[in-house]
Amino acid sequence: MSVFAKKLLGVGSAVALLGVLIGLYVATWATSQPPTIAATVAPASSGGNHLTLETVAAIGPKYSPTHPDWVSYLVKKNGKWIHSTVYTVPANSIVHVTIYQYDGDTGLRNPFLSQVEGTVGGTETIDGKAVNSINPEEASHTFVVPQLGVFVPLPGVPEEAKNQCEFAPCEGAAHRTIEFSFHTGAKGRYHWQCFVPCAAGFLNGLGGPMQTLGYMDGFLNVV
Amino acid sequence: MSSSPQAESREGATEPNHAVRFTAIWVIASVIATPLVVLLLGPILPPGHGSAQASGQVTDNTVLLAMATPVLLLVVVYLSYAIIAFRQPAGGALEGPPVRGDTKIQTTWIIVTSVLVLSLAVYGTVRLEQGNGAGSGGGPNPIAVPSGPKLPVQVIAQEWAFTYRYPTYGGVETPHLVLPVNETIELNVTSLDVIHSFWAYQLGVKADANPDVDNVAFVRPTKEETFEIHCAELCGIWHGAMFDHGHVVSRAAFATWIHEQQQRFAPATKVLPKYATTYLPEPTRRGE
Repeated sequence: MSVFAKKLLGVGSAVALLGVLIGLYVATWATSQPPTIAATVAPASSGGNHLTLETVAAIGPKYSPTHPDWVSYLVKKNGKWIHSTVYTVPANSIVHVTIYQYDGDTGLRNPFLSQVEGTVGGTETIDGKAVNSINPEEASHTFVVPQLGVFVPLPGVPEEAKNQCEFAPCEGAAHRTIEFSFHTGAKGRYHWQCFVPCAAGFLNGLGGPMQTLGYMDGFLNVV
Repeated sequence: MSSSPQAESREGATEPNHAVRFTAIWVIASVIATPLVVLLLGPILPPGHGSAQASGQVTDNTVLLAMATPVLLLVVVYLSYAIIAFRQPAGGALEGPPVRGDTKIQTTWIIVTSVLVLSLAVYGTVRLEQGNGAGSGGGPNPIAVPSGPKLPVQVIAQEWAFTYRYPTYGGVETPHLVLPVNETIELNVTSLDVIHSFWAYQLGVKADANPDVDNVAFVRPTKEETFEIHCAELCGIWHGAMFDHGHVVSRAAFATWIHEQQQRFAPATKVLPKYATTYLPEPTRRGE
């Protein structure tokens, strides 16, 4: 083999290896997503399944070293908070959701979304009180599954409240407790999201955590 | 340079008149193919006949296809003719005579293509601004406005869902789009955040949804059906999730439905801003 042929083979192999490595990196990045968390079976008295979530103003370095100041949802599994927004729930069943809301208010861009819709009874319970809507200016986040017709606004923690949460997990800090139930319907993969422009520091409040799976939007895998 | 026997034969008296033969083949093929395309493909062209605007678009697509068919055949027939008639004979490579240009052909080509393109531009412009607006957004003051009464429906886009407001029914807003059949609808399309595009496929409606802009489009649904709604402008990571289904129903069914929506969404209606053609909601940035 000539020197030129050896050089050509060497350069060609290096370029091919680099291409494979870049391809693997891009494929890993493009297909990575948060872990899928299954809803737990609810007590027999209420039936169905249960999802326990929390919303925090800043996810913190423990859960997101790259974006510790991003607003986010978390889900509880086996007593521990998991940073994920991909949940599995059974089809044609009832899901009871409890959300511990630790963030302050931002306000809804569209006040229409301040009304509860698609839940059992058309209501949500906020700190033990059943309501069918909230003040749109007091909304901190929403839990909305457009394709299932589920719209639930989440009120914010008052500014004057003491013991505000800085980073997740926020247990023990000032919060609102929101509870609601909804029917899942047919099997499918349904996108859910927050409709409050809650991404601090981004134009229109819509960048960063609003555009990244695992923070303020995710999927409901109805199986 | 000496010429080969093949070249000599092509330049001889026995060489057929290729221009006449090719033109005859092309004309005959076009005369046969164009009506077939119009009659067979025309009726099944998108977007269908869900509205007067959609039917108009089917007509436009048929006209474009009919005009494109001879052009396509010109290319295909010429290529095929050249492959057969000017095929390199076996026995060695042979260069053809150099082409130095032909004023007659070039002039004809420029005139024909210019007429074709300009006539299509005029046709398209006239059709777009004629009578009913062709289902496209015409801005806040559209040139083409259908006559007669119109039902205004506001389309409000935001990342990543559409909602709909009916100003003549107490300004009620709903997450569903339901329209009465055989009524002219005035769609006032706007956005609360970034740029979107409201696309009701089977109705032949596509209108940009821009913040602080009232983009008016008209549609007259002509049959009761379910139609698809998509966002047609890449608007963020969940752009693909921004789709829904709308429904065209009878006038009686629409009256029942809108009454039910007014009752169902009464709490939200109370806190909605007064109806306006555009909204500039605050805050635009969290913390402001």
